[in-house]
Amino acid sequence: MAKHTLSVLVENRSGVLSRVAGLFSRRGFNIDSLAVGVTENPEVSRMTIVVDGDEYTVEQVSKQLNKLIDIIKIRALENSESVSRELALIKVNATSSTRSEIVQIVEIFRAKIVDVSKNTLTVEISGSGDKVRALEDMLRQFGIKEIVRTGTIAIERGNKYIKAGSTEEI
Amino acid sequence: MKITGAQALVKALELENVTTIFGYPGAAICPFYDALLDSDINHTLTRNEQGAAHAASGYSRVTGKTGVCVATSGPGATNLITGIATAYSDSIPMVAITGQVSLDLIGRDVFQEADITGATEPFCKHNYLVKNVKDLPRIVKEAFHIASTGRPGPVLIDVPVDIQTDILDFRYPNEVDIKGYKPNYKGHPQQIKKIAEAVSGSQRPVICAGGGVISAKASEIMTRLAEKYQIPVVTTLMGIGSIPVGHPLNLGMLGSHGVYAANYAVHNTDLLIIIGARVGDRALGTAGKIAEKARIIHIDIDPAEIGKNVSTTIPVVGDAGLIVEDLYKSIQNCNTSQWLDSLQQAVKKNKVELTEKSSYVNPKKLIAELSKRLNDDAIVVTEVGQNQIWAANNFIARKPGSFITSGGLGTMGYGLPAGIGAKTGKPDSTVVVIGGDGSFQMSMPEMGTIKQNRLGVKILILNNNRLGMVREIQKNKYKKRYSQVFLDDNPDFVKIAEAYGFKSERISCNSQIDSALDRFLADDNVYLLECSIDPEEETV
Repeated sequence: MAKHTLSVLVENRSGVLSRVAGLFSRRGFNIDSLAVGVTENPEVSRMTIVVDGDEYTVEQVSKQLNKLIDIIKIRALENSESVSRELALIKVNATSSTRSEIVQIVEIFRAKIVDVSKNTLTVEISGSGDKVRALEDMLRQFGIKEIVRTGTIAIERGNKYIKAGSTEEI
Repeated sequence: MKITGAQALVKALELENVTTIFGYPGAAICPFYDALLDSDINHTLTRNEQGAAHAASGYSRVTGKTGVCVATSGPGATNLITGIATAYSDSIPMVAITGQVSLDLIGRDVFQEADITGATEPFCKHNYLVKNVKDLPRIVKEAFHIASTGRPGPVLIDVPVDIQTDILDFRYPNEVDIKGYKPNYKGHPQQIKKIAEAVSGSQRPVICAGGGVISAKASEIMTRLAEKYQIPVVTTLMGIGSIPVGHPLNLGMLGSHGVYAANYAVHNTDLLIIIGARVGDRALGTAGKIAEKARIIHIDIDPAEIGKNVSTTIPVVGDAGLIVEDLYKSIQNCNTSQWLDSLQQAVKKNKVELTEKSSYVNPKKLIAELSKRLNDDAIVVTEVGQNQIWAANNFIARKPGSFITSGGLGTMGYGLPAGIGAKTGKPDSTVVVIGGDGSFQMSMPEMGTIKQNRLGVKILILNNNRLGMVREIQKNKYKKRYSQVFLDDNPDFVKIAEAYGFKSERISCNSQIDSALDRFLADDNVYLLECSIDPEEETV
């Protein structure tokens, strides 16, 4: 099934996340990831929801979300028309013999080492889900102790933007 | 004006033109009940909070106003849930107010604490937990706005007890501005044009009228549209009354418990025009198949209903009344005489066998006879089960709002309290509650509410000592392995009625129907008429 990215503006109030999550579970929709944070307007938050499903599902998700009073606006983002990123922190085993190899891999991925200890390295990577997965793949041979991952966040390319008011473009 | 939160709540209800509410007090809602003493708002004390919610629903259905129910925190609030969910399923405007433990105690599992906003979230159009007394006026204003506009539905306001005693400077807003809530009423002209063309080119159109026609007050214009272009109409359970029963174009209720002619029309149409109906499984379970042969037009106020259960050829979102009005003007012509002829043949095949058994009353005959005696303003409220279907297919609903039933959720125990609400809202109308022995017993204590408020509700109990609808399912689908459907040790309903001081009698054959109905409807006092029904009697 295809993955669809929804950019959703919501009222920045308590309980909104639970309403959205509840709606997904009771209508049998699958959330791949959900990321939420406040926007340039402190009264408004933006959720980026990645949904797994066909066109029918995505249409239903959008329509049902729209019925929630706290939801202000929903836009399905086209992959080609938007930039999406994930952030991951990966704690990997590192000994004196493997450390330099890990650092090399990290450099190739243009990731960052954010913490180091005698027997671990913690790597920060941001990028598309594929890129994060690829790095994870490369690091697995050293023994990954822990991964923390955000959901996908996405923004439209160019002059388009989504605002709580009526403005849609430029 | 500096007043308490509780006084503000009462004041806000007054400003929303609320004159009657239904409820049940408790510790966490005491400040509200105290403030209520100084108001002209009438309060009906029910015997269970669920009854209060159902009564608010019945009241709303007959008055068109937003029904209001009140309960305390914890069990009081959770008892409301079934009533709220019932109203949600049937799109009934309702505001439910619940008390809550004080703000600083929320989340500590204190006495009578329940997360009612969390619990009702799936069954509410919206809900609020009031965290600051200053927000109270805005929240009440928004709640009534949300409940009554767009696709109507219940909204719950949870008010912690300390918020009720807090002081605020009361100013009631004149308008609401909710960023995420702007219902669309006017149908898109392009879509309406397409529908008009489709109808004009159709040979065998049929209108499927749902409860949305009634709540949009579109019954009259829809009937006129049907008449002008000679389009036959079938109704869903919730749509009964949107076109008078007995109207030559009304084919009756469709669906698994509907009549033959209605289902024949839907399965042979080339253009199904669904108005204010959500294509529920009981009504249009075979919608997918219909869509293979026919074009489907779907008119609904809720965009989420379009395409949910059936793929639609031409959808249009908006108010049924406005859209049908536009269609009335824009359809060119429609020649349906051949189609109507074939439907006349189908009508003849409607099953009308009436069993005559010496020791039982035939429920279909009974309801038909009852209908004959009722005037146009009478209201029939049903419970859920076989009684509901017998009533749906045999009651002659002449006006929108004259047939009240729990359509979507199918809530047993709805009828009696909803009848209380209906009689409260329209005291001059005859209100008849039709129930089975099973469903009646679910809300039987509400007879106390009827007595206390001297409500002349007429109660008709179709007693077959069975959970008849479940029995029917077990008969047809579970090889007659009857499980837990026997109520052979029912109490003596006549004596129970007498204990409340109600007139009452029991009949057990068709020949008693006439005289019993005369006594049943003789005056405006409560009357309980129990009828012995054959357990073998089926719904359709």
